Amino acid sequence: MSEEQENNRNVGDEEFYSLRLFIAGASPVSTRALVNIKAICDEYLKGRYELNVIDAHQQPLMVRDEDVTALPMLIKKSPSPKKKLIGDCSDKEKVLKGLGLRF
Amino acid sequence: MAKSKKQLEIPSSGAISKTLTGISGLDEITLGGLPSGRPTLICGEAGSGKTLFSIEFIVKGALDYGEPGVFMAFEEKADELKTNVASLGFDLDKLEREKKIRIDYVHIDRSEIEETGEYDLEGLFIRLGYAIDSIGAKRVVLDTIENLFSGLSNEGVLRAEIRRLFQFLKSKGVTAIITGERGEKSLTRQGLEEYVSDCVILLDHRIINQISTRRLRIVKYRGSVHGTNEYPFLIDDEGISVLPVTSLELNKEVSSESLSSGIDALDRMLGNSGFYKGSSILVSGTAGTGKTSISATFANATCLRKEKCLFFAFEESPKQIIRNMRSIGIDLQKHVDKGYLEFYASRPTLYGLEMHLVAIHKAIRRFKPSVVVLDPITNLITIGSVSEVKTMLVRLIDFLQAEQITVMFNALTLNTVINEQTDEGVSSLVDAWLLIRDIENNGERNRGLYIMKSRGMKHSNQIREFVITDNGLDLIDVFLSEDGILTGSAREAKLLLEQTGEVIHAQAVSRKDRELVRKRKVLESKIDGLRSEYESVEEELNKVYVEEALKKQIMGDTLSKMTDLRRTDFGNIQKPSSKKNKK
Repeated sequence: MSEEQENNRNVGDEEFYSLRLFIAGASPVSTRALVNIKAICDEYLKGRYELNVIDAHQQPLMVRDEDVTALPMLIKKSPSPKKKLIGDCSDKEKVLKGLGLRF
Repeated sequence: MAKSKKQLEIPSSGAISKTLTGISGLDEITLGGLPSGRPTLICGEAGSGKTLFSIEFIVKGALDYGEPGVFMAFEEKADELKTNVASLGFDLDKLEREKKIRIDYVHIDRSEIEETGEYDLEGLFIRLGYAIDSIGAKRVVLDTIENLFSGLSNEGVLRAEIRRLFQFLKSKGVTAIITGERGEKSLTRQGLEEYVSDCVILLDHRIINQISTRRLRIVKYRGSVHGTNEYPFLIDDEGISVLPVTSLELNKEVSSESLSSGIDALDRMLGNSGFYKGSSILVSGTAGTGKTSISATFANATCLRKEKCLFFAFEESPKQIIRNMRSIGIDLQKHVDKGYLEFYASRPTLYGLEMHLVAIHKAIRRFKPSVVVLDPITNLITIGSVSEVKTMLVRLIDFLQAEQITVMFNALTLNTVINEQTDEGVSSLVDAWLLIRDIENNGERNRGLYIMKSRGMKHSNQIREFVITDNGLDLIDVFLSEDGILTGSAREAKLLLEQTGEVIHAQAVSRKDRELVRKRKVLESKIDGLRSEYESVEEELNKVYVEEALKKQIMGDTLSKMTDLRRTDFGNIQKPSSKKNKK
């Protein structure tokens, strides 16, 4: 397992992650999502990620341009492929899979 | 303009306020449009016209009623949508620039999305809310919201959110259309009808005998009276037109003005005036009896009066008709060039009966003719049953009478034995019925024309021979003889025979006359002879008489002389003088 994990890490090692998180104000689920994703990023992508947190209510145009439907939504802008993760990021395995850190 | 239209809807709809859709026909069926400020569900199978219906609702709202609209597409991309409706003449780009509409494409692809926990659809609400507020939208379309179900897996959340979405739309006060794909057992696949309870419209696309017909039905409309029938509708280059089935009342205006049929002799048969304006005329007959010629003559007469005529040709192409009519001295082309005559040719099998009706309606509304010709209605039977054709024609006649348009139908009687009814059973509906029948004898076929009926008109009960000449049509009195009705060459022969007879007779008469004259002359000469004889006899008689008198006188004279002689000197002078006086 450790070997496999090592491989996975190596794949994403050099890449810089640009993430954008849309939340709906300070709703409980939004807060939860923010906390969860920060924890995951700090654990797996330390030092090589940027996380933009956007309040959807404040930026409706951006919501439209990014084709946001469900909230909270985490968009992985880079590396490609572009991926959208919806939900409060409580399912860590799925988040990692979505970020391309797990296959 | 928008305001005046809004005011109009109030008396018709009563309590519920309605929003006119601008889709022709739909507003009549719904008696004023869709419920204002509420969502309406439009459901139907794939390709039944849901998207077009909703986009027309938005565009017409923006253009005709000054109500901006938001179109949220879950299925088609904005660009695709724009291209698709460009063919209908809707320039969505321009409307978007003018802030009259806003199109928002919501794309949810399961392969791009990972669900990592609890979520809701607040993003959608924000987008929709922003779109509505940014242009002050009064109309919203969600097409097709059910696509969310294929993109997202948490059905529980989706259902709750959709319910919330409808509440949200109501709170925004927008008139909304939500489209949904038809399900197996329910109206929509995801049971959206549970959430939208105010108005549900079902679109249907049926194929009968390989001909497809689109139909629309209002399944429910809470708090409003509405038409409950299935209404056919048509999608063409001008968008959607729905046809209200029939006006239920028989309270149409009638006119006592009459129109010439174009055949003088026929007008004379019809009480010297022709057909009533706004009436319906049926011309029936077997093949090749000249029904189209009668119609073309009628059309020609209409155009010559500088009135418009619309000719629906279900059998021949316009060019064919124009060419054929030229052979009987009718030039239809010049009327076409001047815009008085328009042909509308289509094969009956092109689409279903209902669609034909819708198409005919549309063409009439556009061209506004005063006379319409349908040639022939019999062909419509190939695409529908007798009763269907009949109901269609009832509706057509209904519509035409309401518009005060005179209509002439041609019907082919299929059998050679004259049937008292036409095959379409429309004879009871029409106001005037001309029947052309073949009269076959002496090895030739001639046409006889009857007026079977002509409502409200003193019409001839005579059969006339109907002849087609180089200079048009004419009716000739048939020849009635002891052998029956004579037509064609038999009539000519009989006429000839009569003429010969007359000449011979005249000759005979003159001979007799001459003889009489001669006889008279003979008699006269005889009379002369007799007269001269008589004169001579008379003379003779006279002579005797004179002689007698003379004799008497002389005798008297002698007697008196003798007396005188005897008496000598006795009154000598007086007596002879008195005798002289007597003489």
